[in-house]
Amino acid sequence: MIRVQREDFDPGVELEAMTRGKTHIGGVTSFTGLVRDMAGGTAITAMTLEHYPGMTEKQLAEIEAEAHRRWPLDAVLIIHRYGELKPGDRIVLVATASSHRDAAFDSCRFMIDWLKTKAPFWKLEATDAGSHWVEAKESDDAAADRWRQS
Amino acid sequence: MKLLYFAWLRQKIGIAEETLDLPPGVETVAALIDWLKTRGPNYAAALDNTKLVRVAVNREYVTYDHRLNAGDEVGLFPPVTGG
Repeated sequence: MIRVQREDFDPGVELEAMTRGKTHIGGVTSFTGLVRDMAGGTAITAMTLEHYPGMTEKQLAEIEAEAHRRWPLDAVLIIHRYGELKPGDRIVLVATASSHRDAAFDSCRFMIDWLKTKAPFWKLEATDAGSHWVEAKESDDAAADRWRQS
Repeated sequence: MKLLYFAWLRQKIGIAEETLDLPPGVETVAALIDWLKTRGPNYAAALDNTKLVRVAVNREYVTYDHRLNAGDEVGLFPPVTGG
């Protein structure tokens, strides 16, 4: 399931809803991304996430579908927020559930790595000295490349 | 054709979206970007370094040699930084 929303979410509630009634699930792996209070030694006062309505959901759905193609998953959840966030706020929740832990761990890592390089979101960081757009990291490309299949 | 701009591309160009007719001879993404750059210094500044310009047509990533159609929705934006 994919959700792109302005509102906060409760990871505990979401994970409970994801697995409720599905007693064949053996394990759930989740990743929660948070707004850090520092970037490159500078204090962050706020972070605004912009997205491309329509395309963002489409790309996240493709990431979800790709995870299902690669691993035997019983449930997949991606929640990503947009709008203005503060340090400590939740940005993203990625969770995968499977009968066995290897599939849950590997697919969760895959989804956050792919999301970071494919889902159209952009971070604008505000500091006391002004605001700036976060630049894409080569390390994120390298992380996504690990999952490329020839 | 509908054009959408995001993040610093939107800020540099000064608008979030516009609708326009594809000019004669502009058939690919690369040609569209070259033509947009002639429309003013704001476009030229935003599209100067194409290494930093990602393109989506009808909400799917495409390469610069992708051929355009009249009714396409074209999104231009910097490398993504979500998650």
